[in-house]
Amino acid sequence: MSPELLIQILFYLFGALAIGSGMAVVSVRNTVYSALFLVFCFFNVAILWMLLEAEFLAIILVLVYVGAVMVLFLFVIMMLDIKKVTKSQFKSGYTKAALLIAAAMLVELMMLFGYRMKSQLPADELIRQGESYSNVTEIGMTLFTDYVYAFEVAAVILLVAIVAAIMLTIRKRPENKQIDASKQIHVNPADRFRVVSMDAEKGNGEES
Amino acid sequence: MSLTLNHYLIFSTLLFMVSLGGIFANRRNILVVLMSLELLLLSVNTNFIAFSKFIGDVDGQVFVFFILTVAAAEAAIGLAILVMLYRNKKSLDVDDINELEG
Repeated sequence: MSPELLIQILFYLFGALAIGSGMAVVSVRNTVYSALFLVFCFFNVAILWMLLEAEFLAIILVLVYVGAVMVLFLFVIMMLDIKKVTKSQFKSGYTKAALLIAAAMLVELMMLFGYRMKSQLPADELIRQGESYSNVTEIGMTLFTDYVYAFEVAAVILLVAIVAAIMLTIRKRPENKQIDASKQIHVNPADRFRVVSMDAEKGNGEES
Repeated sequence: MSLTLNHYLIFSTLLFMVSLGGIFANRRNILVVLMSLELLLLSVNTNFIAFSKFIGDVDGQVFVFFILTVAAAEAAIGLAILVMLYRNKKSLDVDDINELEG
């Protein structure tokens, strides 16, 4: 078996699996199964990215998406405790019209990529790099020279996301003995402590 | 016939339309809508990587890196809003969020 044929078999196999599990994500009733199918879809797409020789992003997809974001999704699904399994809405008339529009968009995009733009797209196959080529090095060099400002902005976006997510979901408990900081700062010392001038008292009844 | 850019474009179109149909069809459950959004971003990222590799310019992959960052932030904030919504409404139906009707 030639390596070219093997790559094609891998592409069609994992592409079909990715699209099939994508369909399962949107059509399965149970939300936990839906999230697990999404994890499976991420793995398949990561393999396709590997076939494109984008190793760094494929590994980042598995580590960050499957390892962090999807675990967050599963945490939220299990925390919300959705008991009743909602019926799927494929039957309603509104949804039918929307799906029809989606199918029309699909046909149009396929025609665009399949026929109209075929002469303008680069038709040659992927240039395979040599063994000494490092995808991580190339991305790192570009990221930390041309795009270093955007990289820092991305870091700030992540910080804002952390603060926003914590502030939205924090729950004030009534039994909590937390002190209100702004009330504490605005306390006037005169309200709490008063110096009184008064005459010295006599002794306790003893003759001097 | 070997794999060309066209194959990857058609693959990501199919994935994009599947997830767009998922957003249209799942109005009972916002969680599935959020997951469909992740799938949508994934197909767009596949497009970016395919173009970047076949044209031979690494900038597309750097852009995918930023899209992944923003998508992670979006998922975190979206899920936080969802938890707040469920605490207040006890429901995940998109049709129940209609208090701000104008």
